This record gives sequence, structure tokens and C-alpha cells, in this order.
Amino acid sequence: MTATATPSIVVRVLLFASYADRLGLDSLEVSVDPPATVGRVLERVRLLPGGSELPPRPLCARNLAHVALDEPVSAGDEIAVLPPLAGG
Amino acid sequence: MSYLTSDPIDFPSLLDSVQSPERGGVASFLGIVRDHHQARAVLRLQYSAYVPMAEAECARIVAETESRWPVCVALRHRLGALDIGDAALVAVTGSAHREAAFSACRYLVEEVKRRVPIWKQEFYSDGSIEWVDPTAAARPVTVESA
Repeated sequence: MTATATPSIVVRVLLFASYADRLGLDSLEVSVDPPATVGRVLERVRLLPGGSELPPRPLCARNLAHVALDEPVSAGDEIAVLPPLAGG
Repeated sequence: MSYLTSDPIDFPSLLDSVQSPERGGVASFLGIVRDHHQARAVLRLQYSAYVPMAEAECARIVAETESRWPVCVALRHRLGALDIGDAALVAVTGSAHREAAFSACRYLVEEVKRRVPIWKQEFYSDGSIEWVDPTAAARPVTVESA
């Protein structure tokens, strides 16, 4: 019997402001094994140079809406890691 | 409708947009760039945003406001380089009576500051530049678990 590997989920991750400065980039693609969550995507981002400087529980968004870190993600989602907001 | 602009905010036109004969109360808030932050002299600011989400979040906040109070709303946030004295945020509400106009305007401003993905860099008189982090003073965004 041949085992079939479950295909990974690829999502686009966006970084902004101070977080983009710390990691030296503002967007990347991340591949995670299903079932995946925003938190699992963040774990992959933390492996990048500068990624360890992200706070333990940053604000995150999925497809333009705030979400919790246990929010499930699907292939093609846009995940944004948001520094402390400072509008107004 | 676009809630973000790189141009100076036209406050009189926003005021006009919420005024009508049946609205006897109009409330407004202008967030103005000030010349200091935590005892440091500020020369200017630079605002940036996650634009698609910021527009979507502003639209959600306006819809919430108009569903909670009988008001007409105008809202703008400026992006890019701003000087001292420039308006960064303008919120205007018009209603039949003042209570709804005041409450709705306060809600708009607080929710924009709490939820809309906008960031600012301050340029100080000593030549340093820093991203502003108001986390310690702000009410955190709370999101229901999936």
C-alpha cells in the first residue's frame, strides 16, 4: 500500500510597518500542512531571520478581517500580521 | 466610497455631506497632528496602511454606527506625509438630536483607532524616527475563537 502525502496549503503572508522592518520583507508565501491555522502560519514566519522578534500573540487578519490565532486557513488565503495599530 | 485619502481632508465638504433640514445635531472630531509625543518634539508624521483591509474595516465601522444610532456618517483618514497641524482623521455625524450625534461620533473614532490597520512613524527633532506603538494605552482588539 502506498501512502499518499496530504498536499500542503500555501498562503500569502503580509507584514507591515515595524514587523516588515524587523524581517526585512513585506510579503512572502508560506506552506503549511493541513489542518492549518493562522497560528501555524505564524510559527513558520518566526523561523525567518528576524521572525523571533515578533510578539507571542500579534494581531492577525485573514482575508481582510481580524481573526484569532486558531482561525483555520485555506489555500490561497491572505494572512496579515499587524503591528500595534496607530491610526487616528 | 473611499475612507482613506492621500490628500488633505476637506472638512467642510464632509460637514456638508451629513447636514440636512431634519438633522438638528451635528458632531465632529478632528484628529490633528501634534508637535510632541511623550515629551519629545515631533516634526512630522508618516501614515501607512494595509489599504484593502483598512477600507473594509472602515466600511464595517460605519455600517455598525449607522445601525446603532439614527445618524448619517462621514469618515476620512489621511495617509502619507503629514505636518504638524494637519488633520489625520475626521469623523462627522448628523442626527435629529445631539445625543445620537455625540455617541455615534465617539464610537466611530474609538473603533477606527482600535481596529483599522493604520500605522504612523514619528520624525523627531533629534533626527530619530520611530513607529508609534500605543499598545499600552489602547484597548486590545478581541476576536472570537474559531
